Amino acid sequence: MKLIYEKSQSGRTAYTLPRHQLETPELPEALRRSEPPRLPELAEPEVVRHFTELSTRNFGIDTGFYPLGSCTMKYNPRVNERLANLPGFRDLHPLQEEEGAQGALELMWRLQEALVEVSGLHACSLQPAAGSQGELTGLLLMRAYFTERGEHEQRRKIVIPDSAHGTNPASVTMAGYEVTPVKTDARGNIDLEDLRGKVDEHTAGLMITNPSTLGLFDEHVEEIARIFHAVGALMYYDGANLNAVCGISRPGDMGFDIVHINLHKTFSQPHGGGGPGGGPIVVRDTLEPFLPVPQIVSDGDTFRLEFDRPKSIGKVRGFTGPFGVFIRSYAFMRMWGPQLKRMSEIAVLNANYLLARLRDAYDLPFDRLCMHEFVVSARGLKREHGASALDVAKRLMDYGFHPPTVYFPLIVPEALMIEPTETEPKELLDEFCDAMLAIAREAAESPELLKDAPHDRPVRRLDEVRAAKRAIVRYGFEDHPDLGGEPAEPRQLEAQKGA
Amino acid sequence: MTPFVSLTERDEREMLDAIGVSSVDELFCDVPEGVRFRRELALEPALSEPEVVAHLEQLAARNVRDEVSFLGAGIYDHYVPAIVDAVLQRGEFLTAYTPYQPELSQGVLQAIFEYQTAICELTGMDVSNASGYDGTTVAADACYVAKHVTGRSKVVVTEVTNPQVRQVVKTFAPGFGLEVAEVPHRGGVTDPDELAEAARDAACVIFQQPNFFGNLEAGRELAAAANEAGALAVAHVDPLSLGVLEAPGRYGCALAIGEGQGAGNHQSFGGPHYGFLAAQSEYIRRMPGRIVGETVDAAGERGYVLTLQTREQHIRREKATSNITTNQTLLALGGLVYLSWLGPQGLRELGETCLGLAHHAKTRLQEAGLEPTFSGQTTFKEFAVRVGRNGADAVRDARAQGVHPGYPLGRDYPGLDDSLLVAVTEKRTPADIDRLVEVLAS
Repeated sequence: MKLIYEKSQSGRTAYTLPRHQLETPELPEALRRSEPPRLPELAEPEVVRHFTELSTRNFGIDTGFYPLGSCTMKYNPRVNERLANLPGFRDLHPLQEEEGAQGALELMWRLQEALVEVSGLHACSLQPAAGSQGELTGLLLMRAYFTERGEHEQRRKIVIPDSAHGTNPASVTMAGYEVTPVKTDARGNIDLEDLRGKVDEHTAGLMITNPSTLGLFDEHVEEIARIFHAVGALMYYDGANLNAVCGISRPGDMGFDIVHINLHKTFSQPHGGGGPGGGPIVVRDTLEPFLPVPQIVSDGDTFRLEFDRPKSIGKVRGFTGPFGVFIRSYAFMRMWGPQLKRMSEIAVLNANYLLARLRDAYDLPFDRLCMHEFVVSARGLKREHGASALDVAKRLMDYGFHPPTVYFPLIVPEALMIEPTETEPKELLDEFCDAMLAIAREAAESPELLKDAPHDRPVRRLDEVRAAKRAIVRYGFEDHPDLGGEPAEPRQLEAQKGA
Repeated sequence: MTPFVSLTERDEREMLDAIGVSSVDELFCDVPEGVRFRRELALEPALSEPEVVAHLEQLAARNVRDEVSFLGAGIYDHYVPAIVDAVLQRGEFLTAYTPYQPELSQGVLQAIFEYQTAICELTGMDVSNASGYDGTTVAADACYVAKHVTGRSKVVVTEVTNPQVRQVVKTFAPGFGLEVAEVPHRGGVTDPDELAEAARDAACVIFQQPNFFGNLEAGRELAAAANEAGALAVAHVDPLSLGVLEAPGRYGCALAIGEGQGAGNHQSFGGPHYGFLAAQSEYIRRMPGRIVGETVDAAGERGYVLTLQTREQHIRREKATSNITTNQTLLALGGLVYLSWLGPQGLRELGETCLGLAHHAKTRLQEAGLEPTFSGQTTFKEFAVRVGRNGADAVRDARAQGVHPGYPLGRDYPGLDDSLLVAVTEKRTPADIDRLVEVLAS
């Protein structure tokens, strides 16, 4: 399919704008644009057709089953789109006077209250833009907390299990801390013996997902909390897997001090092809003074922004956060109400059903009931038939499914991480299991079906090594390379100068 | 009522049997009793779809509407064409996630590749990422890039860079191991010599063009001041100014960053929007966030994938160039659709329209006795004006007459208590400007 720039014809336009008989002042020559940007030039019908065609080359939850582990790809209610586009929300300027934004402030305040209840903690900031920004914000709260206590220089270490998302260690470094990895034991819990040897007066905190990325609830979470709190360290809960435990077990009750919540996972903000997300953080009362500014506070029937918070870490994003995301998540929570527990129960039921049907055909690294997701391994298929987790993933596309997360967590070889969520019907879960079982048989009988997959997508398997090596990251216009033409020497493209 | 769930009681029974447990509660046997939550969540009663719509319509009605607004200060009331909303509501885009499986994601991958190209064209840079969170966080990202490129531990930001951008940089700087220095403005713009002095030993220099007051900086001289000191020059730019203003890549900047909202996103009380970050090619392997690259498939056909992933957190972990995972793809797609609608001619015309309207407003206010705060400065679509009394009071009185006259600069700049920052987009009319003059001059 052509790029939009390849469809462009000089002189074609789509836009219409108001025109006024006003003088346009001349800009100083040194500041004036010297050459126009080569933006696409198409008439509006062709712009629409271009993006419609692109959409047909994409797969979303609206297209089919999307069991991408750890991403909680649940149905995104359409009503939320209507609500986020109400003109009273959509056209509201973030610097509007508080008196003119009472509805928006009330919505955010109500969402905060709901998130506080679900997490079992005390105070919320909606500001962080995504889960990983919530992590970084939470770590900066730890810094501020220990700085105030005069312990910042002493406490440099953050403990992270080897099953953690990559964002956790990346956030730790960005917050100026050091990572202390801790092992996973034979049941998939944190290895307590390893942990005890690593937590001391130099530890600032722990950062875990519970249930873990293995889809397992840590059976020793109370003991873990005792270990950290005994040395005066803090506990951070990565809420990536909160969809498993709403109304079942609250992070605050487990002993965590700081939580981030991925609104695009548990509370159904559409993932948008990669974003937007929302990463509110909820904290214990001891950490409340350090939350980002402004805070949204209620004076009874009116709501306002509080900027005068001298201990605050500052701002982590513009204004009060991604408001459109808050609208969708608030509406979603209001439609569930106190029965939210049922959402988690069904998510866990669906996952265990898939696990029960697949456990004999794939390797199971930890033989336990799972929470909202589980990890199986294609190690056996690879050893016996040469079919990898990637091959299984690609073959699933031929059956009409989005593959699970593959090769994560890193501690399970040939990992397939499967998360069905609560919104899928049993028939579809059965079809998926039938496909997974058929693929396991195919691996033995005709492994080329897996190796060559996918067979009916707009493209075949793509050469990622070549993409990284040549790094063509923008259209080159008249200089654009003909990649299919296999030049003898890779042409030196401008983006290749990087070290 | 269990919304959005497909299981019947019979399904549930069959599934529990297949699992080999007798109740759903048994599935949670690994959750220790001591941390089980045994009461009902204290949330408000569930609402049906018609009820939730009525409830949110009531909340939306408590926000102001039908006000003639000249508020800007980073977020702007530019027109969003209908095709942007139509494309973003396509379920295939809306409900997909990060394109980890390229064979199922060519649509969004190609769109991001086209977006990266558009941002490079606007800014005159070689490489753009797939988006940052907003116009503030990309500034912190730029500091992280600069720290690693230069090995230096100080960043410089001009005082006339958006206050929220400066606040976000200051929040993250300690974690990055960076100190932040600010350079004051002189009569509403930055003095290149003063900046050169501050840039010594700096990893980067961030300046905004047009700056927060709407004034045009001597961009080339500011970039040169940074470059001479061995600091990366980072321009924070308004994408909609780049049809009429020079691209930062052509006046010596290493990085160009900015808030994308005005180009294709609704104001939405501050988000979600997209931030953009583009750089000269030599910084490509230090870039934060997702990047899409072109490649071929097994049959030799062109296709697109996420690339240079060895920079990223899921591979590089604690050594990653950033922790970005979820970004702002859908909003960036909105930006691409918008820029495709405008084209180069539309972008230029839009810039000239804003320039003309803002100039008209400034002139009319001056005729009514309200002087620009910074006389003699060239502005684009936004300018500071002295209203002869406390700006916040002027806002209150104007709003009582249905006009929001702009942002009171005294909130961030002591000494400018009598000034408002007035933004004029293509959606304002000469008649709107008449009303602005009327309410401010009265």
